[in-house]
Amino acid sequence: MSGLVDYFDRNRETILNWFGWHVWLSVLPVVLGLVIAFPLGWLARRYRFAYGPLVSVAGLLYTIPSLALFVLMPGILHTRILDPVNVVAALTVYSVALLVRVVADGLAAVPEDVEMAARAMGYGPVQRLFAVDLPLAVPVVIAGLRVATVSNVSLVSVSALLGVPQLGQLFTTGFSRLVTEPIVLGILGCLLLAAVLDLLLVAAGALLTPWRRAVRAS
Amino acid sequence: MMRFRVLAGTIALAAALAACGSSSNPVGSTSGASAAAGSASGSASGGGGGVITVGSANFPENALLAEIYAGALSSKGVTVTKKLNIGSREAYIPGLQDGSIDLIPEYTGNLLAYFDKKSTATSAADVYAALPKVLPSTLKVLDQSQAEDKDAIVVTKETADKYKLTTIADLAAVAKDLVLGGPPEFETRVDGIPGLKEKYGVTFQQFKKLDAGGPLTINALKNGQVQAADVFTTDPSISTNGWVALGDPKSLYTAQNVVPLVNGAKASDAVSSALNAVSAKLDTKTLTGLVAQVVTDKKDPAVVAADWLKSSGLG
Amino acid sequence: MISSIVAWLGDPAHWQGPDGVPTHLREHVWYSLLAVVVAAAVALPAGLVIGHTGRGTFLVAGVANAMRAVPTLGLLILFVILLLPHIASDLVYLLPGEAVLVLLAVPPILTNTYAGVQNVPPEVRDAAAGMGMTPRGVLLRVELPCALPLVLSGVRAAVLQCVATATVLAYVSLGGFGRYIIDGQQQRDFPQMASGALLVAVLALLADGLLALLARFVVSPGVSGRAGRARPGHARALSRARGRFHPAHTLTTQELS
Repeated sequence: MSGLVDYFDRNRETILNWFGWHVWLSVLPVVLGLVIAFPLGWLARRYRFAYGPLVSVAGLLYTIPSLALFVLMPGILHTRILDPVNVVAALTVYSVALLVRVVADGLAAVPEDVEMAARAMGYGPVQRLFAVDLPLAVPVVIAGLRVATVSNVSLVSVSALLGVPQLGQLFTTGFSRLVTEPIVLGILGCLLLAAVLDLLLVAAGALLTPWRRAVRAS
Repeated sequence: MMRFRVLAGTIALAAALAACGSSSNPVGSTSGASAAAGSASGSASGGGGGVITVGSANFPENALLAEIYAGALSSKGVTVTKKLNIGSREAYIPGLQDGSIDLIPEYTGNLLAYFDKKSTATSAADVYAALPKVLPSTLKVLDQSQAEDKDAIVVTKETADKYKLTTIADLAAVAKDLVLGGPPEFETRVDGIPGLKEKYGVTFQQFKKLDAGGPLTINALKNGQVQAADVFTTDPSISTNGWVALGDPKSLYTAQNVVPLVNGAKASDAVSSALNAVSAKLDTKTLTGLVAQVVTDKKDPAVVAADWLKSSGLG
Repeated sequence: MISSIVAWLGDPAHWQGPDGVPTHLREHVWYSLLAVVVAAAVALPAGLVIGHTGRGTFLVAGVANAMRAVPTLGLLILFVILLLPHIASDLVYLLPGEAVLVLLAVPPILTNTYAGVQNVPPEVRDAAAGMGMTPRGVLLRVELPCALPLVLSGVRAAVLQCVATATVLAYVSLGGFGRYIIDGQQQRDFPQMASGALLVAVLALLADGLLALLARFVVSPGVSGRAGRARPGHARALSRARGRFHPAHTLTTQELS
């Protein structure tokens, strides 16, 4: 244990720098992914014929192994292999692929009677989307965001093989010296980051759905 | 019906991808515009007046040398930040050029080869003289050290005794029965497999792709999975295991003297004199001993560096 | 990029010998298959038992969520370092490699098997008990076949995880398609890297497709809703659970709620 603290102390700048990169590389793709997946998911829900192809393409993209995507990105984006942009782009693709279906299904999860009540109260389609459908879709979407974010934390670390700066570099450094401290620190760092991000999302979900707490309390 | 949709989606995706041509090599040595943006980290890039950012490659000896440089500079009053274990040259050379790092320990021969693949200089003096001509204008090298860490073909004592091996040339007759282990790039490198064949007529039975003098290679040689390996000369495993580094009379492996590679604008007098003093005091025997402390004794590079600087009067 | 990949793949030299595509394909499939078989041997019975008896459910939720966050590269290297002083052959890399792959393959199989058994309608269980089946009979002859769509979905997810992660094993000198990515990077040969990446992607897609096809034939028509039962709503619910449109390793309905 003291070995871990010592190692962290002596390499604090480097480790914190990598940690910062890791946060950025895990979170940004999910945010971008949600922004892109939202209109796509809405389209899939709104137009029946679009659901099939969109979800199928999403499924295909999600099946591609992440390391493969990291490697192919430089060819598509004309970046260099160790450019973090490759990781962001690839994980955004992943996040979109995951979230399109989540958004579509989330929007579809609005109960029929709530829909009809809103219509009867005079809500227009846009109002319905933002005042009724979206809030009710929050739990499903948050669940999807949690999966996407936590998976990203692990996927990002693999890009250490390509030289991208993030916590995964602790693994390659430790291997070159055959010492376990940096590796254990890296694993703990990833787990910690995943736990914190997960908790933040759960809290956000709870904040955005106050009626669920009311239901539980009653 | 669904199968058609999947097919249609795939074709659309493939068409989109096919539209992308590529003219640059993502693993080449030329840096692209986005590379600079990418490799420059979000934190301070050390550009503030007088702060030197020391970087290192992702292996223990280089991290140790970087710690030595950093310690020597600190003791002379220069403010230092460290960015260690960056990776390979593809990662840190652009970092030097865009200011994310200002200084890194380098090896004359490999540095020259990185910028000029066709160079034929092999001796320490020739290689060092050739460097300023090929380096980008913003970078320069300070004094080189006598300390050297070069590639060597290493065999176990048993193998050396069995086949009476002292130099690489002695391998010519027996290599066809032996397996060589080394980094993947050894297969295509000029002084790797092709060079062994060309200069010494040595062709091994098989080449196992492991790592650059790292744990995979050391273990393979130790466990007999390979009979010869590309190991670095300062690796403590050589003396620990009684291995024999075969002689290289035809200078297949160029000189690899340790030298500070620095951003010219940051190489003030204080910086240069501190680092040149380090280079003067460092020799191969010392370096090997220090690396042994890090790799075998598992001491922290920063601690080993600090101790040595103090005992040499530089820290 | 496409043209350089085509050129690399079109070179016959890349299809023979110890560094050829067939060799690495064999290695990659072997690593993945072995891990999935071992994982299934552990996770299937566990999932069935937990689903049937309802005890130990904390294991299922905890395992699934925790494993998703674990950095596999770190675990792999850690295991290798710990084993290096003790084993003197390639096994020192293979054992950690397989261990990490098994660790990745267990959660999807476990959670999906559990969910599959849980989702068996209680009236079906009732009917089976009413017909005089023993608890073990109910489990094996009723619950398992009904759970089969989700179980296979879990196996599909596990296979995908393994195929994807087996690429990383090349870092510790093992074979597989990851070899092209690692070597290509060291040799500054991007076409090799990109070809390796494409080969992994194609293998993953093929494996997924094959297993989806397998599921179609193995799952009883009554369960999959293909036989057009008298209770359309029920059949639709089951076919949704079977996951016709979505890839195996997105969220199961269990996870989403």
